[in-house]
Amino acid sequence: MTKEFIIAGFGGQGIVSSGIILAYAGLFENLNVTFFPSYGAEMRGGTANCQVVVSDEKIASPVVVNPDIVIIMNEPSLLKFEPVVKPGGMLFFNQTLIKSKPARKDVEIIPIEANKIAEELGQGRIANMVMLGAMVKKTKMVSIESMKKAQRKRFERASEEQLALNDRALERGYALF
Amino acid sequence: MAEKELMYGNHALVEGVIHAGCRFFAGYPITPQNESPEYMSIRMNEVGGVFLQTESEIAAINMLFGAAAAGARAMTSSSSPGISLMQEGLSYIAGADVPVLVVNIARGGPGLGNIAPAQSDYFQAVKSGGHGDYHTIVLAPNSVQEMFEFPRLAFELAEKYRNPALILADGLLGQMMEPVEIKGEPIDPKTLPEQDWWLTGCKGREKRVIRSYDLRPGKLEEWNWRRWEKYQKILKNEQRYEDIKIDDADILIVAYGTSARVAEAGLRIARQKGLKVGLLRPITLWPFPSDILSELSKRIEDILVVEMSLGQMIEDVKLVVEGRSKIHFIGHPGGGLPNAQEIYNKILEIRSKK
Repeated sequence: MTKEFIIAGFGGQGIVSSGIILAYAGLFENLNVTFFPSYGAEMRGGTANCQVVVSDEKIASPVVVNPDIVIIMNEPSLLKFEPVVKPGGMLFFNQTLIKSKPARKDVEIIPIEANKIAEELGQGRIANMVMLGAMVKKTKMVSIESMKKAQRKRFERASEEQLALNDRALERGYALF
Repeated sequence: MAEKELMYGNHALVEGVIHAGCRFFAGYPITPQNESPEYMSIRMNEVGGVFLQTESEIAAINMLFGAAAAGARAMTSSSSPGISLMQEGLSYIAGADVPVLVVNIARGGPGLGNIAPAQSDYFQAVKSGGHGDYHTIVLAPNSVQEMFEFPRLAFELAEKYRNPALILADGLLGQMMEPVEIKGEPIDPKTLPEQDWWLTGCKGREKRVIRSYDLRPGKLEEWNWRRWEKYQKILKNEQRYEDIKIDDADILIVAYGTSARVAEAGLRIARQKGLKVGLLRPITLWPFPSDILSELSKRIEDILVVEMSLGQMIEDVKLVVEGRSKIHFIGHPGGGLPNAQEIYNKILEIRSKK
């Protein structure tokens, strides 16, 4: 089974980190993974996205055109990526920051109050963790334990306090369904 | 099996270079390969090597010339416009028969172009990018694992033939992450045997000279013919490629690097629909894997070349095939990427005309 992801939002929302965490989680479960970020002339506040492929077979192309799953963190990214989701796929979107309603009928639309939940936990910037938690529950692609281990790998130099908070955000997202 | 580590292509390249016993890097920044020198500056410091951010690409390539002439495994990395600036030095290095490694994480061109992945430096890489009759050995990785493995192979080939080697990758291979397995024991540069041409100081022995010129009448011609003999050996012995499902194929895709990854995805869609499609991926772009392609073209009617350019490798394919097969093409210049569906659609189109 191969699943292709696009994660998109603005710079500073942890888009690239989310992709790397997902890739690490796949690696920890002995799956094949690729991660490819938009790169170069990017800046905080500009748009950012990354493409991740997770598979139990050898991955041919790391280039994702029609993702099975998209995680959308802001309004411009919804406009850009809603149309390309594979029919039958899943669209997770950050309902706190996105006021438009996704219109696709042939994909599963999953609204998440990512920033609201993150603020409740005390830190808006961990909204990406809430999204990831919700995504792994829905897709069952990797376990929540692997995601926790992966975020610790990604943020090796972060404080234990921050890492524990990230875990809680993953769990809150996971508990939504 | 060793544990795998998730790595950027640009970082895996650095690990591969250090693993290969290289302790001399000189280079100048350019996107999309900047992660390489950044990481190299840390790693060279850790292993006691030399990291030099030079004043220009021209300085960097000439420092490689000097370091390698003195017996060091020496390398630089850059991206397309920076590699263009290095061509004069590379020609001198080729003319002096000195082994160095140059890595091109290619981007869209020509000119300043853009920073997206591209394969439009193929001609420059395989047809001698600078002046004079010469060739560099060119390796084309298509995964982060190969970004780690190819520096070692490149140094080994470069030294075996006393010839510069080039790794031709692109922005996608530099910027993407994949799991990497660190294979084999790292090379300690102190254990590399001294060569009889190294410039180590001539006290107590005959002096040695490394240069790319000979002004005596007829001598340079002789010298070039001797180099031609070396090239014939490389052409005969060093063709490398990967083949996928070629045994029963009636349509063959030829693609390298990133294009080969996307082509394989297209091949899988085609195979699921029962179409007999194979893939030949050149790993050495020079020497081009002519022998296998020549054989395949005797029985396969249609060949589809996929490149991230206006069509450069396609010329080598045509030279080898000599009209035996019909040649089809998908090209994306200027930083554009092919996609799997597009390749499948093209295969359907070829199929419908059979």
